[in-house]
Amino acid sequence: MKKVTFFFLMLMAVLFIFVSLDLAPTDDVNSPAATHVSPRYIEEAHEETGAANMVTAVLADYRGYDTLGETTVIFTAGIACLLILDVRQKQKW
Amino acid sequence: MQKRFGSSILDTAIRLLVPFYLLYAVYVLVHGHYSPGGGFQAGVVLAASIILVNMVQGEEITWGIKKQTAVILASLGTFIYAGIGFIALFFGGDFLNYGVLPLGDIEPEVRALGTLGIETGVTLGVMGTFIVIFNLLTGREE
Repeated sequence: MKKVTFFFLMLMAVLFIFVSLDLAPTDDVNSPAATHVSPRYIEEAHEETGAANMVTAVLADYRGYDTLGETTVIFTAGIACLLILDVRQKQKW
Repeated sequence: MQKRFGSSILDTAIRLLVPFYLLYAVYVLVHGHYSPGGGFQAGVVLAASIILVNMVQGEEITWGIKKQTAVILASLGTFIYAGIGFIALFFGGDFLNYGVLPLGDIEPEVRALGTLGIETGVTLGVMGTFIVIFNLLTGREE
């Protein structure tokens, strides 16, 4: 079983490395992110969202769904701690 | 918290400091539109001030948030965030599109208010979660 797991992990690693070669380099000014997404945020964020802080505009408005996921992750971590560590105290929730 | 950690000097010191921590947390929250900050950071500062009181005063704690209340707060925060998304859905926008909320006529200002709303939710969620984890790790059997 361990060997099978190891084999699949190696397979995934090779796949990920193979795919990552196709990613645009971060300093490429002609990549889609640099030609389309970033200028839009820099030029329009304040007018569109009313937030002077661009980070807040992206975090909470353009990428609000992502932040909802982050909040849910933190909440889930708290609930998991509660379920695991609170067993000895026989409280009813 | 089982044992008291601080002396009377520490107790007096935190009595002076904690109100400023709380004020600073609210500042970080509501000023997140203009400066670095936002819901996550404000929640951490709030939780840190409450955990500080909890550590220093131990069992003779006079002020703080109980574990049960903290769980409710964490749930409420996440609910506020998702709830604002669903309210936007009911007013004809997309999920989490704050521009359609009935809070005014100028769209950017409405969006800013919606952002503040969800940041408040994040603050409550993070604060509640941190207090719950701290209380679980340091609490003793009842």
